[in-house]
Amino acid sequence: MLSRIAESLYWIGRYLERADAKARVLDVHLTRIQDEPGTDQERQLRTLLAAMGVDPGDAAVTPTSVVGLLAFDQESPASITAALTAARENARGAREILSSELWEALNVTWHGLAERRMAAAVLGPQVFCHYVRERTAMTTGLISTTMVRDDGWRFLSLGVALERIDMAARMLSTPALAEGRASVLAGLLRSVGGHDTFVRVYQGAVSPANVAEFLLRDQLSPRSVAFSLAAAESLLRELDPGLDDRLGVADGARRALGRMRLALEFRSSAELLDDLPSLIESLLRLTSRTSDEVTSRYFGKSLLVRWAEEVAL
Amino acid sequence: MTDMLAGYRFGAAWDEVYTPDGEPRPTYGGLHEALTAAGPEVLASLADFLATVFRDQGITFDHEGVERPFPLDIVPRIITAAEWDVVERGVAQRVRALEAFLDDVYGSGLVFRDGVVPRQVVVSSQHFHRQAFGIRPPNGVRVHVSGIDLVRDETGEFRVLEDNLRTPSGVSYVVENRRALARVLPDLFAGHLVRPVAGYPARLLEALRAAAPPGVEDPTIVVLTPGVHNAAYSEHTLLARQMGVQLVEGRDLSVVGNEVRIRTTRGHQRVDVIYRRVDDDFLDPVQFRADSMVGSPGLLNAARAGNVTLANAVGNGVADDKLIYTYVPDLIRYYLSEEPVLRNVETWRLDTPENIAQVLSNLGDLVLKPVDGSGGKGIVIGPQATDDELAALRSAVEANPRGYVAQRPVRLSTVPTLIGDQLAPRHVDLRPFAVNDGRDVWVLPGGLTRVALPEGSLIVNSSQGGGSKDTWVLASPARPAEPVADAVGESSAVLAGADLTEPEADLPAGAGAPGLGDHVDGRRPLAVPPDLGPAEPPREQQQQQQQAREAAC
Repeated sequence: MLSRIAESLYWIGRYLERADAKARVLDVHLTRIQDEPGTDQERQLRTLLAAMGVDPGDAAVTPTSVVGLLAFDQESPASITAALTAARENARGAREILSSELWEALNVTWHGLAERRMAAAVLGPQVFCHYVRERTAMTTGLISTTMVRDDGWRFLSLGVALERIDMAARMLSTPALAEGRASVLAGLLRSVGGHDTFVRVYQGAVSPANVAEFLLRDQLSPRSVAFSLAAAESLLRELDPGLDDRLGVADGARRALGRMRLALEFRSSAELLDDLPSLIESLLRLTSRTSDEVTSRYFGKSLLVRWAEEVAL
Repeated sequence: MTDMLAGYRFGAAWDEVYTPDGEPRPTYGGLHEALTAAGPEVLASLADFLATVFRDQGITFDHEGVERPFPLDIVPRIITAAEWDVVERGVAQRVRALEAFLDDVYGSGLVFRDGVVPRQVVVSSQHFHRQAFGIRPPNGVRVHVSGIDLVRDETGEFRVLEDNLRTPSGVSYVVENRRALARVLPDLFAGHLVRPVAGYPARLLEALRAAAPPGVEDPTIVVLTPGVHNAAYSEHTLLARQMGVQLVEGRDLSVVGNEVRIRTTRGHQRVDVIYRRVDDDFLDPVQFRADSMVGSPGLLNAARAGNVTLANAVGNGVADDKLIYTYVPDLIRYYLSEEPVLRNVETWRLDTPENIAQVLSNLGDLVLKPVDGSGGKGIVIGPQATDDELAALRSAVEANPRGYVAQRPVRLSTVPTLIGDQLAPRHVDLRPFAVNDGRDVWVLPGGLTRVALPEGSLIVNSSQGGGSKDTWVLASPARPAEPVADAVGESSAVLAGADLTEPEADLPAGAGAPGLGDHVDGRRPLAVPPDLGPAEPPREQQQQQQQAREAAC
């Protein structure tokens, strides 16, 4: 597999998952703000932007400006539109490797964004979020049913797994978690599509500790951090051509993921929660370091050759 | 139909469908009926659907940074078996002659010694590359793929307008147009024996394999594209995907010790044949433009060393120069001892003071073409030009007569085209594609029909508002219809896994793999029926219970 193509597939996975996660988060957030008009709206929105790594500066933060930054604006790198555009651009450069259906799904999604944005101006941003969730679900379905399970699929899936870890960590970073209002916690769970499962597992005991634990290390929930860590680990293992684990794991990226997974699995609940802020920070650092290591190992670029003008002596 | 043809101007040029009296020609009888039956509203909505299909699949070309569709008109163009026979022989003959010419130019130069073409004409061509001198391709082929542009003149005769021997594009539209039209308007095909075009990628792959350096048993073939912003990028992806080979960019390649390698996630892999869609000038910054970011340094030396085959070869442009075009009939006689099957359009060289004076005094009646232009750039059609344009042209020609040829303006033939919900005559040309595998020059039965969409326009280029038509070459009744698999031929064994054998809508029934129908003939159900879930518990009882309770209340 060409390094360039592998890199494109990896980023298709990341951007697609990012668009999906953002659409979910935004959807839940906006609904909650509408349901509870009395709460400190601006502070909540600022927290959301901070979690997504956006600095709005001194400008006023309104639902409209947040929707622009996180959903509509092509110029805002944190927007869903930017993510889906990037996914489609990467797919365009890897079209001969993707199944035609998958390419078509990404292409059609991208073409439909402008129209949904106009619809959202009348019907509200949830229309847009709903479209994005539906299209990403369909695309993910096509990935699962039409892509052969070769290295290309592995790189794409690795992108999805790392992005999930990253987004989960960001979700957990909001101070709202510590405040423990039930509506906020429920929203957090809904945004990963895990609310119903949670209620079943914890018999409805919605507490910050339970929610954090569920999002961090439920072994069965496909959006928990531990689940994605394990997935990323095994994908890296399958990608490694000269694999020999007899004397320990040589691949630094896989070692780091494994250590983190063990830290999540073998700590007590109390230890986990005491240390939450630093845990979140190390999760974010872990994904970005893993991304760098995968990039330098598998997508290694050649130095561009530059030709100097001949200088007469 | 009278509605749809209201305002149709019959007889302004050679119309391929309607005689000057407005009657359909015999070939088009069935199509005329089918279109009439559909009616204007249906056709217009089908045309919309067709446009959506193309947009969704990303079948576009990139023009100055904007992705645009290459609109497919819903009315196909039909070429009879007898007409195609002339085209096929004429195109193959031309390619053979031009191959011989290139071999001569970059080799012994007999054509100069014998005075057929002045050496000056060749070495002054922008596309003559000294760097290609002495590189002899492994199986002798330089023009692996060519596109010979044809037009039909006022009498309906096919004439050659120009040759494209460098990186001719458009073949993906031939394949995609057929697929799309068959999907949208399957009924249109009824009653026509249309020859399939889906076998093109297989033929191309076969020719590329045949071109591999000697001693390479199972060559690694790649398609080299300038990148996603190239006008023909979607074609590059289609060809790579259907041939089952990698699509690479210059930055994926490196040349070490005169061997070309691609960078993969499992290290480097040697490449044997490069079907390159990058122009000569950008191919190798060591030899050509040093600022090129889309090529790879060292490619040409690797080719010279015989370690990699470039398809098409470097330097082919010298043979499709529009000045050389005027010599092609002589070249056919010189190399093949045959008379040209297809005539050129009458063209004058500006090589003597008398000719130059003659052309300059008749600029308003002639078409002037820059000899090295492509994509319709720089062409001035005298009868349609303004006085200012003619004045500018005059000084340009006076400054550089070698840079131009003069041509008789040909009123291109017309084919009805759906404009809104009306059919209107629009001018068309035809680009048949030929693949040379070293033993045989094969001409794809179809070719790209480009149509100039603005009324009266003669410029069909995609970059200048052109569209296209599906082009049907009819099988002669005597000729057995060929299944697509036929085109795969000998190399079918090595092609397993590539998307080459997809069934064509235009295939006659029963042309699939022999033997398959014996097992699953659809006449009786298979012995094992699909599993079903548990039966629903009887609903009546549940309903009765409920009713009983209600009654008890």
